[in-house]
Amino acid sequence: MAATPGSTSTLLEVRNLTVRFRTRDGVVQAVSDLSFSLRRGDTLGVVGESGSGKSVTSLAVMGLLNRAYADIEGEILFEGRDLLKLSPAELREVRGRDVSMIFQDPFACLHPMYRVGDQIAEAVRAHQDVPKKQAGDRAVELLGAVGIPNAKVRARDYPHQFSGGMRQRAMIAMALVHNPDVLIADEPTTALDVTVQAQILELIDRVKREFDVGVILITHDLGVVAETATHVMVMYAGRSVEQGIASEIFGSAQHPYTWGLLESMPSVERKLDVLVPIEGSPPSLLHPPSGCAFHPRCNYRFEPCSSKLPSLEPIAGGHLDACHLSPERKREVWRTKIAAEIGAPA
Amino acid sequence: MTLYIIRRLLWAVLVVNVVVFITFLVFFKLPNGNPALRFVGKFPTQENIQLAEQRLHLNRPFYIEYFYFVKNFFAGDEYGWPGLGYSYGNYVSVRSEVLQRAPRTLFLIAGAATIWLIFGVAIGVLSAVRRRTAVDRAAMGFALFGISAPVFWLGLMALFLIWKKLGLTDGSGYTPIDQGIGHWFGHLILPWTVLALLYIAIYARLTRNNLLETLGEDYIRTARAKGLSERRVILKHGLRASLTPIVTIFGLDMALLVGGAIITESVFNIQGLGWLAYNGAITQDLPSVLGVVICTATAVALANLIVDILYAFLDPRVRYA
Repeated sequence: MAATPGSTSTLLEVRNLTVRFRTRDGVVQAVSDLSFSLRRGDTLGVVGESGSGKSVTSLAVMGLLNRAYADIEGEILFEGRDLLKLSPAELREVRGRDVSMIFQDPFACLHPMYRVGDQIAEAVRAHQDVPKKQAGDRAVELLGAVGIPNAKVRARDYPHQFSGGMRQRAMIAMALVHNPDVLIADEPTTALDVTVQAQILELIDRVKREFDVGVILITHDLGVVAETATHVMVMYAGRSVEQGIASEIFGSAQHPYTWGLLESMPSVERKLDVLVPIEGSPPSLLHPPSGCAFHPRCNYRFEPCSSKLPSLEPIAGGHLDACHLSPERKREVWRTKIAAEIGAPA
Repeated sequence: MTLYIIRRLLWAVLVVNVVVFITFLVFFKLPNGNPALRFVGKFPTQENIQLAEQRLHLNRPFYIEYFYFVKNFFAGDEYGWPGLGYSYGNYVSVRSEVLQRAPRTLFLIAGAATIWLIFGVAIGVLSAVRRRTAVDRAAMGFALFGISAPVFWLGLMALFLIWKKLGLTDGSGYTPIDQGIGHWFGHLILPWTVLALLYIAIYARLTRNNLLETLGEDYIRTARAKGLSERRVILKHGLRASLTPIVTIFGLDMALLVGGAIITESVFNIQGLGWLAYNGAITQDLPSVLGVVICTATAVALANLIVDILYAFLDPRVRYA
């Protein structure tokens, strides 16, 4: 991925990640040959529909996939170390300390029977041998830092006494306990009210700067990505179909699937009747379509699409995409149709 | 909270009353012969029978009898409070019978419950953690055996092998604890184990299934994402949340055994409350049956109350709901 101004060393580099699950019905290839990298200060937005492999990718990075059921190939290099080669104990050291994660549903992600402050303090003590009191103080401090008013009192509350937004703030506080290098946010706003969504995204963005982390923001909502991401990776059926700097993706998207996502994205300026949904539904990963997995739903498919898998090729601007259409044709479609529809500069 | 407990206790008194009333109804309305006939002995005369009927109020409608019983219960009778009358069978006070039998049953239940709770939960956790391995299959196979094997068979086999053949324990019967803790223990260890076995099986399955369900929850993933050890994830986060349903069932199981460990008490000749109820039922000894019924009903009502109060401590959502 191209360097952006201000970005420093590469924190996380995923190379040719492939994840297969053996199920009763056969092998499901949830992630195929995925490569990306993340730098400190970057926000990588990973976009795609349900079942596109976004969450599996993040769980693989966290080492939270059960290796008894999941075959994982490739490399996940964190500061040069391959996380896939670590023992469970070594991986546990990384988890929550160097790489931490917040999840989609903050209602379900906090233990209902322990106090919020205690749960955060427990995260402190997971990697640091400090007295309970000190861990509790750290929890209160972090709850305050993520914008929980009256944190000292609220730390003694149980999760059900928190609102959805506050719970997600608490999850973020928990993730920040050890000043991690990488923060993975898996659909962090999906379960929240729209007004709260914006606050949480702002918080993640602020946290990124204050704690100097690299953020992987997983979402099915391009709008969320448009607001905060510096880089974008669009996933379909377990593969990256297009990735690059956010301004490139939003300024000259190259892949028909990305176009589809952009066309179906509502915004204040666009009326609902000009939204164009992507017809059909995501493919079964148990029996993926031949060739390009998107071809059955693609309006631009032609003869090679159903037989040959397009490779991820670099194009101008450090931008990668996987589509058989010629670069000229793609530029033409973008300029004449998509850009006009979504109101982007052609 | 106090008001809640008082309300629940009053409710419990009402429930026990209803249970006693139903017991009366069943006893008097079922065609089971005249208890007075039994009362007067081997050579009944018409006079004696009438006298007995009068003494036992058997010639009056059952609700009058019920009224007398309730009155005596609350006011006490010649044997003290609570008045439970005297047994038709051996003319002794039911109150003293119950007081003599109750410790046996309570020790039996307490010991068995300790064993089944420890082993049941431990096996359940092990089974859940080692899911679909040989350990899990062996544990669940054992559970199936424990649930299927009848207590009378298991009890007799245990007595035969461990007492008769190996001489490792004291056989059937019961020695009160103040007559030597060694023999008390020696007599109880087999009934404890046999009674516990069934419940170990049930609790192991219950724990396993609850824990497996809990381990699929999102907050377990959060606990792992924090970098906690697997041991802590399972024992602190998983088991804690799986415990609530187990507590409910545990309370009820304990309470029901107060009058319900009949088979175990019979096989091991412990002569506790279950035995008293059983004997009372086959000899038409209403007061003995009533004594045990009251004990069991009270135990169930109290256990329910205790479980509900415990719930508030186990699950903070209950406290504030």
